[in-house]
Amino acid sequence: MFEALTDRLTQVFQRIGRKGRLTEEDVDEALREVRRALLEADVHYTVVRDFIAAVRERAIGEEVLRSLTPAQQVIAIVHQELVRVLGSERVPLLWASQPPTIIMLVGLQGSGKTTQVAKLGYHLRKEGRRPLLVAADIYRPAAVEQLRTLGKQHDLPVYDEGTKVDPVETVKHAVKVARDQGYNPVIIDTAGRLQIDEPMMQELERMAEAVRPTEILLVADAMTGQEAVNVAKEFHRRLSLTGLILTKLDGDARGGAALSIRAVVGVPIKFIGTGERVDALEPFYPDRLATRILGMGDVLSLIEKA
Amino acid sequence: KRSRQGIFRQIVQLFERSQIDRELFDDLEALLIQADLGVATTEALLERLQERVRRGEVRDPVEAREALREEMVALLEAAMRNRRVKIYQRGVPFVSLVVGVNGTGKTTTIAKLARYHLDQGRTVLLVAADTFRAAAIDQLKAWGERLGVPVIAHAPGADPGAVVFDGMQAAHNRGIDVLLIDTAGRLHTKSNLMAELAKIRRVIQRHVPDAPHEVLLVIDATTGQNGLNQARVFTEAAGVTDIALTKLDGTAKGGIAFAIARELGIPIAYVGTGEKPTDFAEFDPEAYVDALFFGDEED
Ligand SMILES: Nc1nc2c(ncn2[C@@H]2O[C@H](COP(=O)(O)OP(=O)(O)OP(=O)(O)O)[C@@H](O)[C@H]2O)c(=O)[nH]1
Ligand SMILES: Nc1nc2c(ncn2[C@@H]2O[C@H](COP(=O)(O)OP(=O)(O)OP(=O)(O)O)[C@@H](O)[C@H]2O)c(=O)[nH]1
Ligand SMILES: [Mg+2]
Ligand SMILES: [Mg+2]
Repeated sequence: MFEALTDRLTQVFQRIGRKGRLTEEDVDEALREVRRALLEADVHYTVVRDFIAAVRERAIGEEVLRSLTPAQQVIAIVHQELVRVLGSERVPLLWASQPPTIIMLVGLQGSGKTTQVAKLGYHLRKEGRRPLLVAADIYRPAAVEQLRTLGKQHDLPVYDEGTKVDPVETVKHAVKVARDQGYNPVIIDTAGRLQIDEPMMQELERMAEAVRPTEILLVADAMTGQEAVNVAKEFHRRLSLTGLILTKLDGDARGGAALSIRAVVGVPIKFIGTGERVDALEPFYPDRLATRILGMGDVLSLIEKA
Repeated sequence: KRSRQGIFRQIVQLFERSQIDRELFDDLEALLIQADLGVATTEALLERLQERVRRGEVRDPVEAREALREEMVALLEAAMRNRRVKIYQRGVPFVSLVVGVNGTGKTTTIAKLARYHLDQGRTVLLVAADTFRAAAIDQLKAWGERLGVPVIAHAPGADPGAVVFDGMQAAHNRGIDVLLIDTAGRLHTKSNLMAELAKIRRVIQRHVPDAPHEVLLVIDATTGQNGLNQARVFTEAAGVTDIALTKLDGTAKGGIAFAIARELGIPIAYVGTGEKPTDFAEFDPEAYVDALFFGDEED
């Protein structure tokens, strides 16, 4: 699958090249390959459609038609457009003017929330902060225990009230503890939930209402397919997300879901998760993800040659 | 109350047109891709439909709808023919190894399977071979307690092979009918972790040469095209026999299962439709296709 797009585009243009000058139809044929690559990377169908339209406009307006290296030209434009959609600049975490800063992680079941809570805590403590982790998942068996264990392993304080208390209350109390004892930020682990689960979504709304988080980050699995868009849209509609953490990028998923979410919901990608261990949290670089979505490790060198 | 305003209600509307035209195929392509079937499988299905239109078997949108439904069911059924018959014998452990990437629902599926076997009057033993993830052992023990099923576990960080060894021995000694082994989530790209699964298999086979009788790959219905790589590599490393498709209570359609069935021929055995042990069923291609794609939905 890797390198496939470069190869396919090169083939398309070689075939076309023999009959002379490129036409708009030739560009369209190339863009059909790009479209396929994006769909195979799990970019949402409608996002791909809009994206291809934008690239087409540029490709035809620019020098591609007369270029000697049309495959590279097309890839360069596609890559630039991908970076543009992904957000060319890195957006740092927001900090509250009045401490503590409250960071709440939300998302579907199993996306990696609890693990990223620990990772974020670890990362921010390294930057000299005093984070407090809060266990607000009272549903999944041993979810509280999971966060406690991670806290113990890495010497990060964890606040919990067991599983018999309304998590909204737990979170309120945690924020008070943080205020009194100088913890900052407060990082909240919430239970996984479907975006269509009404009572569970209301719980998050109540929680957000109660403590007014500085950041509400959607934790999304890089392997997610086309539904990423609907999931993110609904979480955003109900909670006004401030960002995204894309997890499990240590595998071979191309991560097109991130592009879809970014394109449709517009919130910045703040971190990526690249492993199960607590130090596997990295800042997000749009150009690297763009390269990955295209399935080409060597795209940059190609563009240099172009 | 959950409101699933599935896009696949649209599929019904799609066929409410006067004739089969190019636009119908474009719309179908959009819907199938949005259900995660992937480009290749979508094209293959629509080509078969086209072919039937060309041959004059399918003449109007109503017939096209039925034909597509048939093709989708047939695709899944072809893989179902690769199923290994599951033979349960009293007191001889049927060994089920549950594998998959991180967070797909392995541990929860074990709880569901346990309840399923208990309902059939079988005795069940759980093995906590995820010794890596924080509180994974506690999670399985919590399920064991709720279901009244014993759990063989070692300390966190212990060798998974050693736990499985003990589990096999215990199942043998206690004359257990079904042994369910929970493994740590692992990405198929991590060769050392995949080798660990091969090792677990060898430990199992030292006790029972024809085991594991079932190697369940748990795939999250929300998964996109990466699911195909998962299925391919887990099958090579761990000899996957069936798929358990989880989280079908969400809005995702699990279309990757079609791609896996078509390209790798791996059958789906079970579906998960929630977080409770009862949110579980044996896979039925027709019921699945009807419920998720042809919109005769309840709630
Ligand atoms: N490979 C990899 N695994 C990850 C990453 N982040 C989390 N995981 C794993 O993904 C699985 C699920 O992670 P959790 O943190 O429990 O996910 P969650 O969202 O809290 O799950 P629920 O609370 O059940 O909704 C675990 O096996 C984690 O170790 C990552 O970046 N890479
Ligand atoms: N909605 C829904 N959630 C599910 C289903 N199956 C599992 N889950 C949830 O998904 C999350 C992860 O489930 P686990 O069983 O812990 O997944 P796992 O594969 O064992 O995870 P790791 O061991 O960390 O790799 C939990 O929050 C489960 O409650 C399902 O069919 N539907
Ligand atoms: Mg969690
Ligand atoms: Mg597990």
